[in-house]
Amino acid sequence: MGSLKIENVKKAFGPVEVLKGIDLEVTDGEFVVFVGPSGCGKSTLLRVIAGLEDSTSGRVVIDGADVSVTPPAKRGIAMVFQTYALYPHLTVKNNMGLGLKQAGTPAAEIDRRIGIASSMLSLEPYLERRPAELSGGQRQRVAIGRAVVREPKLFLFDEPLSNLDAALRVNTRLEIAQLHRRLKATMIYVTHDQVEAMTLADKIVVLNAGRIEQIGGPMELYNAPANEFVAGFIGSPKMNFIDGARLGETAKTIGVRPEHLTVNPNSGAWKGTVVHAEHLGADTNLYLDCEKAGLITVRIFGVYDAEPGTTLYATPDPAKTYRFGADGKTIK
Amino acid sequence: MSTATRSLPRTIGAHAILLTYTAIALFPVILVIMNSFKSRAGIFSAPLTPPTPGTFDLIGYTTVIGQGDFIHYFQNSLVVTIGSLFFVLLFGAMAAFALSEYRFRGNTLMGLYLALGIMIPIRLATVAILQLMVASGLVNTLTALILVYTAQGLPLAVFILSEFMKQVSDDLKNAGRIDGLSEYTIFFRLVVPLVRPSMATVAVFTMIPIWNDLWFPLILAPSEETKTVTLGAQLFLGQFVTNWNAILAALSLAILPVLVLYVIFSRQLIRGITSGAVK
Ligand SMILES: Nc1ncnc2c1ncn2[C@@H]1O[C@H](COP(=O)(O)OP(=O)(O)O)[C@@H](O)[C@H]1O
Ligand SMILES: [Mg+2]
Repeated sequence: MGSLKIENVKKAFGPVEVLKGIDLEVTDGEFVVFVGPSGCGKSTLLRVIAGLEDSTSGRVVIDGADVSVTPPAKRGIAMVFQTYALYPHLTVKNNMGLGLKQAGTPAAEIDRRIGIASSMLSLEPYLERRPAELSGGQRQRVAIGRAVVREPKLFLFDEPLSNLDAALRVNTRLEIAQLHRRLKATMIYVTHDQVEAMTLADKIVVLNAGRIEQIGGPMELYNAPANEFVAGFIGSPKMNFIDGARLGETAKTIGVRPEHLTVNPNSGAWKGTVVHAEHLGADTNLYLDCEKAGLITVRIFGVYDAEPGTTLYATPDPAKTYRFGADGKTIK
Repeated sequence: MSTATRSLPRTIGAHAILLTYTAIALFPVILVIMNSFKSRAGIFSAPLTPPTPGTFDLIGYTTVIGQGDFIHYFQNSLVVTIGSLFFVLLFGAMAAFALSEYRFRGNTLMGLYLALGIMIPIRLATVAILQLMVASGLVNTLTALILVYTAQGLPLAVFILSEFMKQVSDDLKNAGRIDGLSEYTIFFRLVVPLVRPSMATVAVFTMIPIWNDLWFPLILAPSEETKTVTLGAQLFLGQFVTNWNAILAALSLAILPVLVLYVIFSRQLIRGITSGAVK
């Protein structure tokens, strides 16, 4: 219990169309991540699912019931926000319990659920504190706890890690992944960070300018991107795009991921000069200015010494080279 | 902090400027209070000196208190001020919330319409207001004054408060909606506490002109029963003789209640500022 179906949802703010017809199905227990650049409509779509925003047209179906006109509190959802959105005047305990209290849940049951959630998220020592007396990471855990306590059919996360520092972000990401495994609940998670998307998702929905570009598992998107946008968005460093005409190819654009290029000081497909080298320890990113291919990025696993100015030859792995047509779609 | 912003001459300079300003601002108030404790001769012979044993006289206060109804005038003023303030803040905040929170047809137009009152003095409508009050039998009631002052205070309140309400986190309101709070609960429990400092500002700006107003009490409620302090003090301003002792004493007394209200609101203001961010 916790499936979601979105049928042709459109949303316009005045004349500006933000969602241009979204169709999506989420099965029970799935962890779905909406990913896309800022302003592409991820939050708007999430708010439409939550009922905080009315769609201009289309249907939202949760667990087989059309909830398009159901108020948010009655949709069986819980939401975690980027800015935590804790009630400043309530203690941690009451923050978590407010929703249940509003729904008329007996006090004993509320206490039981708060007990479970707070031990799951290590919040017991803070139950009597107010949000102002907590750190950012603790606040976000309270916000997650507030969602858990409701035992919703659907968890909605709107960039929950964006306000945390890098170390906390990794910890909290782990915590959310464990939470999903324990609760086996359906979760929808919005982020603009493709690393979060790749690490958390069962299924990724790539959005761009109000449209779905592709839906698929992380590896599916990585290995078989449907178009140039997805290919460029998934993977870091970004895929190299080279004008097909420069390489004498029929395709409009040729794409090669930095990790699918090898370098050799003596021979190879594309001759180039090292512009800059980034040494990350585990791998090295080289920026090469190639005669044929233009500026490309090469990712080499391990340490590789290359001074700027040296000449190197880069060779793409032909089995992992993508070809895109004039419409941006991948040519199979 | 860097030494540049803390150097001694700068500190002295800043304090000198602030102290001078304070002295200028307080001068008339202190003058009124000082002279209210002096005899008539004392006021006229040496208006700038504090009361000496020779000039000290409570005649002003005894006249005012002896007038009997002054306590009553005070009550009227307080009722009118606090009543109007209550309605201005309540309706102003509610209208501001609606304007800033909900998207509906004519939202901007409605906002403009509500703000128009800032530019048009309500006194232009005195005749119409008087006719209205006569027709509805509200002449010589405090209700009439409260209604007029509420109307007078609302435009600025709506204007200022809607700006502040726009800054209240959407996520917080949405969290409340998902938890099943009604729009009223969201407004009163989540939004109002967060805009309390700005409401205190509006309260101060609204309160002082109401307390000091002479025009509407004179026109709408001049009866003995409904006189306000400012109107009551006119009693001592004769065409030929003015009872300066009594006027100064009445004015000094009239400062007190506003001062108390002001202290209450400015506390709110400071508490709001120092209680920290929304998040
Ligand atoms: N209440 C609103 N009124 C008008 N435009 C809005 C509103 N909310 C969002 N938008 C616009 O919709 C677009 C998508 O916003 P959003 O869904 O928040 O993007 P994101 O993918 O970054 O979460 C943005 O261009 C934004 O300006
Ligand atoms: Mg967003």
